[in-house]
Amino acid sequence: MRLDHTDQQLINHFQRHLPVCERPYLEMSRQLGISEQDVIERLQSLQSRDVLGRVGPVFEHSQAGASLLAAVAAPEEQIDLVAARINRAPGVNHNYARQHTYNLWFVMTAPYSELLEEHLDELEQELKLPMLRLPMVEGYHIDLGFDIDWESLP
Amino acid sequence: MSHCVSTDHLRTMTEEPRVVSAWGLLRLRKQLEQGLPLAARPYKALAERTGLSEQEVMNAIIQWQEQGLIKRFGLVVKHRTLGYTANAMVVWNIPDEQVQAVGKTMADIPFITLCYQRPRRLPDWPYNLFCMIHGTNRERVLAQLNSLIAEHNLQDVQHSVLFSNKAYRQRGGRYVSHD
Repeated sequence: MRLDHTDQQLINHFQRHLPVCERPYLEMSRQLGISEQDVIERLQSLQSRDVLGRVGPVFEHSQAGASLLAAVAAPEEQIDLVAARINRAPGVNHNYARQHTYNLWFVMTAPYSELLEEHLDELEQELKLPMLRLPMVEGYHIDLGFDIDWESLP
Repeated sequence: MSHCVSTDHLRTMTEEPRVVSAWGLLRLRKQLEQGLPLAARPYKALAERTGLSEQEVMNAIIQWQEQGLIKRFGLVVKHRTLGYTANAMVVWNIPDEQVQAVGKTMADIPFITLCYQRPRRLPDWPYNLFCMIHGTNRERVLAQLNSLIAEHNLQDVQHSVLFSNKAYRQRGGRYVSHD
């Protein structure tokens, strides 16, 4: 999706360090040389077009609660069905099909790890499929706020 | 980085001895997991929903950033919508004694957006290092991967490339709110 120059600037400047003051969108608008109302409307529009997931914080998962990457090997012809079942389980925030024998990869979150394990146990019993549980041992680089390379986009 | 005129003023406010309701802070975290309201005074809107004052909401958000609970406070882009459709998870089987060094090296490569160590699950899963490349087409991602392998002498390291075909769900973590 092609965005206009102002939308691109909005994303370039504010993937981090949103202003924390009474009128943050006014502060942002001054930096971009547009009106506060324009900032708000552009953010609404970007959200409705699914360009932005949300405006706001990314929590550090190791401090915020428990989270775990898991994968299952679903029969290819049932993959949509299995994915839908995974999405119905509590706390699933990412779920992707990938090209591998383990073809569904999802991240589950919970307030604490015992509850997370319980939810995974329940899901594993329901699915009756081999499941990999891959907790993070160490993160070397975890930041999806990278600069967008607008020129390379289709 | 953007500063508001009032930020310094806020910092002095945080030092005032005033007990902020723990339930209010939990409610604030639940609200924030849904994102910042798109209203002229979003922190005031959050204050009204959580029973805190606008000042307490702003202080908490500044403090959580300083403590690292909030690691990034900004626009959360859905890369796939923009055209980053070639998303490769590259997994490696690195000898244990080298995994940390290789992980740190990969972390500094610009096109690698995520890099972390996870346990092997033998015999099915021999890989202990994961990295993610977000690209606009598969050929380009594979070319980047090949240059990475050549540059860091990883030719003999067992690895696998898992492109994503479909996103069934992609949203922020909800640790304290219910589904």
